[in-house]
Amino acid sequence: MARQQRAEGRRPRRRASAASVLGELLVTAGVLALGYAGWQLWLSDAVLGGQQQEAARSFASQLGPIQPGPPDASAPDAALRTDEPPAEPAAADRESFAVMYIPRLGGFERVIGEGTSRAVLDSLEQGLAHYSDSAQPGELGNFAVAGHRNGQGGPFTHLDELRVGDRIYVQTAGAWHVYEFRNHEYVPPTAVEVVAPVPQQPETPADGRYLTLTTCNPEWSAEGRLIAYATWLGWQEAEAGMPAELAASLGRA
Amino acid sequence: MYAALWRALPGPWPVRLLLVAALLAAVAWFLVLHGYPWVMQTFFPTPDPTIT
Repeated sequence: MARQQRAEGRRPRRRASAASVLGELLVTAGVLALGYAGWQLWLSDAVLGGQQQEAARSFASQLGPIQPGPPDASAPDAALRTDEPPAEPAAADRESFAVMYIPRLGGFERVIGEGTSRAVLDSLEQGLAHYSDSAQPGELGNFAVAGHRNGQGGPFTHLDELRVGDRIYVQTAGAWHVYEFRNHEYVPPTAVEVVAPVPQQPETPADGRYLTLTTCNPEWSAEGRLIAYATWLGWQEAEAGMPAELAASLGRA
Repeated sequence: MYAALWRALPGPWPVRLLLVAALLAAVAWFLVLHGYPWVMQTFFPTPDPTIT
């Protein structure tokens, strides 16, 4: 009886009109679009960068031992050798072959893939792309690497925060190479001389071992390029494990 | 549309509220990890950072 009274007192349910459904769909689309904008601005690099970081840790352990070597705080470069490092075989197109570490950029670890195709640059397993015509890590000449400033993990979002003297480490199957950051430069996208064997001197034959990093500038734009130059300090054998000061900066000492 | 979805959920309103929260969390998880990355790669490719 009471149920019947409740049923009679309930208002009749109206069918949703096409206009109301369309309105709800449009509101939903708006919320999704706003969500995308927020994701791209604040979350994408954290989420995708985290995946690239995880991939780098996994690949690094495949390359060789990543346990830190014995620490020597009084002479952190004592283990570094400056003789000819072992020759690195050229990797196949899109193949992962090295891991880059930049302590200044907050525990930065990324896999370097061969070639500057979108497949490497946009990959969540890699993220850094080696200019195929440039030198191998530690080789005489210029080891040139590109990475996105924003989006797809944004590996080089904070490249402009490098300070003179900052260390950049490159782990390969045969060695740990140590580079020291020297300076930044802002150039147009066509300034191919920055990846020459001697940066900015395309006519000069290789006379040293350099590292050149390229990314977009300003952020979210391809209008120009931000370049970071570093010089090679030396190398240590892969079997020696992660350089102690790098391990300390990553909290693995 | 959403009213119909709400009515289709089982249980009293606190249970329905929990179910809606779980549904929203699942949708957000899918969008953040899969949906939005696909949209970015497909429709809004990031600028080329190389020197050419």
